[in-house]
Amino acid sequence: MVKSLNSDLMAEYKRPQSEEEFQQNFKQKKPLMNQTEAFVESSRCLFCYDAPCVKACPTHIDIPLFIKQIHTGNTTGAAETIYDSNWMGNACGKVCPTQVLCEGACVHNHAHVKPIEIGRLQNYATRQVIDQEKKLFQKGAPNGKKVAIIGAGPAGISCACELSVLGYEVTIFEAHERPSGLTVYGTAPYKITNEEALSEIEYLQQQLDFQVKYNSAITTREQLQNIESQYDAVFIGVGIGPTASLNVKGEDVKGVTGAVEFIRELRFKKHGMQVPNRVVVLGGGNTAMDAASESARMGAEQVYLAYRRSKEEMGGYSFEYDLALSAGVQGIFNASPREILEQDGYVAGVEFVKTVSQNGRLTEVPDSEFVIECDLVIKATGQAKMAGFLELIPGLTLDASRRIVVNAQTYQTGNPRYFAGGDAVNGGAEVVNGAYEGKMAAQGIHQFFTSHLSPLTSHHG
Amino acid sequence: MADLSINFAGIKAPNPFWLASAPPTNSGYQIMKAFDAGWGGAVWKTMGVPIINVSSRYGGLNYRDTRMSGFNNIELISDRTLADNLKEIEEVKKYFPNHAVIASLMVESRKEWEQIIRDVENAGADGIELNFGCPHGMCERGMGSAVGQEPEVLETIVGWVMAAAKVPVITKLTPNISNIEDPGLAAVKGGTDAISLINTIKSIMGIDLDTFAPYPTVDGKGTNGGYCGPAVKPIAMNMVRQLAQHPDISGTPISAIGGIETWRDVVEYILLGATSVQVCTAAMHYGFGIVREMDRGLRRFMDERGFQTIYDFAGKALPNIVEWKELNMSYKVVASINPAKCIGCQLCYIACEDGAHQAISVSADPANRIPSIIEENCVGCNLCSLVCPVEACITMEKQPMKVAPVTWEQLTEAGNIPTTFNDPRAGGNGHHVPEPGSALKKGGR
Ligand SMILES: Cc1cc2nc3c(=O)[nH]c(=O)nc-3n(C[C@H](O)[C@H](O)[C@H](O)COP(=O)(O)OP(=O)(O)OC[C@H]3O[C@@H](n4cnc5c(N)ncnc54)[C@H](O)[C@@H]3O)c2cc1C
Ligand SMILES: Cc1cc2nc3c(=O)[nH]c(=O)nc-3n(C[C@H](O)[C@H](O)[C@H](O)COP(=O)(O)O)c2cc1C
Ligand code: SF4
Ligand code: SF4
Ligand code: SF4
Repeated sequence: MVKSLNSDLMAEYKRPQSEEEFQQNFKQKKPLMNQTEAFVESSRCLFCYDAPCVKACPTHIDIPLFIKQIHTGNTTGAAETIYDSNWMGNACGKVCPTQVLCEGACVHNHAHVKPIEIGRLQNYATRQVIDQEKKLFQKGAPNGKKVAIIGAGPAGISCACELSVLGYEVTIFEAHERPSGLTVYGTAPYKITNEEALSEIEYLQQQLDFQVKYNSAITTREQLQNIESQYDAVFIGVGIGPTASLNVKGEDVKGVTGAVEFIRELRFKKHGMQVPNRVVVLGGGNTAMDAASESARMGAEQVYLAYRRSKEEMGGYSFEYDLALSAGVQGIFNASPREILEQDGYVAGVEFVKTVSQNGRLTEVPDSEFVIECDLVIKATGQAKMAGFLELIPGLTLDASRRIVVNAQTYQTGNPRYFAGGDAVNGGAEVVNGAYEGKMAAQGIHQFFTSHLSPLTSHHG
Repeated sequence: MADLSINFAGIKAPNPFWLASAPPTNSGYQIMKAFDAGWGGAVWKTMGVPIINVSSRYGGLNYRDTRMSGFNNIELISDRTLADNLKEIEEVKKYFPNHAVIASLMVESRKEWEQIIRDVENAGADGIELNFGCPHGMCERGMGSAVGQEPEVLETIVGWVMAAAKVPVITKLTPNISNIEDPGLAAVKGGTDAISLINTIKSIMGIDLDTFAPYPTVDGKGTNGGYCGPAVKPIAMNMVRQLAQHPDISGTPISAIGGIETWRDVVEYILLGATSVQVCTAAMHYGFGIVREMDRGLRRFMDERGFQTIYDFAGKALPNIVEWKELNMSYKVVASINPAKCIGCQLCYIACEDGAHQAISVSADPANRIPSIIEENCVGCNLCSLVCPVEACITMEKQPMKVAPVTWEQLTEAGNIPTTFNDPRAGGNGHHVPEPGSALKKGGR
């Protein structure tokens, strides 16, 4: 069975030829509110006692407070409240899956009233202080201690900000030429623009004055030894690695790429990137939904999202799947990739076999093979962990899924001078989790150096 | 089918919805437009010796996203010549012979009163309203509330007017006084045909946090203005009922003014004894079209209850408004939460906890957000049911009582009330009051 190429599925998006057309195709899902919108929306908040939205926010922002501050014209104070809990306040306002976090918990849902648009209000307040360069933070009086951070993603940046306020001298080592990690390199362009993500980090850095060394991947034991001798503690915020291998025949053929790699190229080449007409995305998580949505928005005529299990078993949020469908993506379920077919050294299609999932077990249906022809295969089947790098650090404990094991309060690793947070610890969650864990780790580091109960303090006495 | 027409102290109108003397009644054009839209009467913007207004004249009180829940102004009376106004009164009456056109007047000397009364009567006005209310500007010149605040002066001037006027006279009162009955009585003694109230309340609307000047600001300065709009309605309603209940005033028709915007407001004022209502702020906010809602609402209310005319229910609330000492002290309600409606905001909890009687508890289980009422602690104050954002979620349930109805007055007569500072009969005695120190265990929450 061969799925027809000239299916009557029409792409809804024209290929973007300019920055403007790109922005049009990737129109922001949560656009900046104007003053009236913010005023009216903030007026709807009930100022709940022990508010459930606060509990649902991984960083526990005092949401009713900042909303009331917006309403009373104290937007700067609102931003202060937000940053008090979350150094990625603006990015989170734009990229957090609020439906399952704060907004999902808003009490209005129970009355079938639209929940408060917390994310957009958060963006409203923080965007204003960023654009107006309002000074809200101050570096703490130097305490003589130095901390190295590996990775300038949400976790690393948040850790740096918090440490800086506490008086530490901070240097971040970042493999890439820009900060922000997956906020820019991973998140879908319709959630946040590159400029937005980068401007928040610049805003923070200008006030908190931590150093970032770009193009400085830490890959050898020697580099680590160097860091260990110059710094009192190290925070690991390296995230997770490139797309994992599928172990399917034909995987190395030209025209097969990983989702993370695809999205990174898209985020920086924008309309300059060539996405062919027929795309197959393999996977059922949020990254797969994003890659499929993005392919469609880049003007691909036919985008299949193929998942080896059933629709109900998909790991991605249903609202992300709906978004992909609305962009013209077609879902195929219970189809496991067998082989990637090639022609003249280039991908020609994917051969699938049908599956049945029963009680979580997957079995292939005999003689049910079928082929979908395509020009690009995007693997969104999970990211490899940074195991190679992590093995360079003595004393680090990794769990069965190759995540760094840390103390749940202090984020200290098996090696007492190393702390860790973000995707490298949680195995791949959201920006907001990285922001929280980076901040908590900074407090863990501070406790490590200030707690007289800890015998480890003598080390650097 | 309800008949909305009224005969107010001899002034006939197709309905009780009148525009109050204010900017919406500044010209014949506006009044004709209003009559066309459905208003039954209009009190012309107060005439006298024309004034000159300042620019920047109004201030609004916004509550949350609600604009102009209160409104204030520093305008004076009409700035148009009397001749222009008279010409337009004549024209309006030509088109609308059955609508009520009432001339609001404010002048100083007896001679001026006699002159202007003659002029407006000749122009065809159906009645006269005496503006003894304006609380700014005019009172500095010995008119408006300067008169309204001096019952003797007021009585004298009403006397002059009554001697001169052939059409019915309405005396409009200022609320800027400690007891509204004093000017009310003075007006009746002076012989007035009817009373209207309230005029605006002396107010400062707000202060500009950059210039430190009050709103509305006139070149860096401001002055006290007159407050009106929905926010003043409770104050006005009490004054209306005070006059309607007063044995020496109750026979005088009352035209109610203050915060009227919907049919409900209209019905409430009529239940308090008013037989015409006047509207200013709502018309300034939404235009004349709001009368449609008032009209339809009032008709439906009357039809559903079988009232033919507004006189069938006018004053029906008055017997239920008594003195505090006549209330039944053997009556108790207790809050009840409907868990099916509760959305878990816990506003009731914190309101009762911090602002009332610690009679609501929340669960230690974070998954259960529905608070519970501790019935034995509840005094039935209503606070929780007022803060609850869900319609009819918290209801106040009447409790069966062992003791027969008894009033404070009766308790006093029976010598059964607290009389000394530490009297064991104190109402709160035996009522749950937590240990002060236990507050600190709450961690400031
Ligand atoms: C496709 C995709 C879509 C996503 N969409 C969303 C979304 O919509 N909303 C949301 O909240 N989250 C989303 N996420 C998740 C979110 O981006 C991550 O959870 C978050 O960025 C993790 O932060 P981090 O700091 O732990 O790691 P990262 O963001 O991965 O940052 C790690 C940083 O470390 C650097 N680094 C790595 N190794 C080294 C080394 N050896 N030396 C020096 N530097 C190194 C990297 O270059 C990178 O800058 C998405 C993720 C993906 C993959
Ligand atoms: C339930 C209640 C009881 C009050 N009791 C008193 C009182 O005993 N003594 C007093 O001086 N004022 C009392 N007040 C008036 C308040 O102190 C205050 O002057 C008034 O409510 C106006 O302020 P607000 O607009 O902030 O409510 C009471 C107010 C309320 C609502
Ligand atoms: S739950 Fe909703 S209404 Fe309540 S405080 Fe949070 S945002 Fe406001
Ligand atoms: S105020 Fe109403 S909705 Fe909120 S918790 Fe109490 S009962 Fe429930
Ligand atoms: S009615 Fe008053 S005392 Fe009773 S529970 Fe509500 S707030 Fe508390």
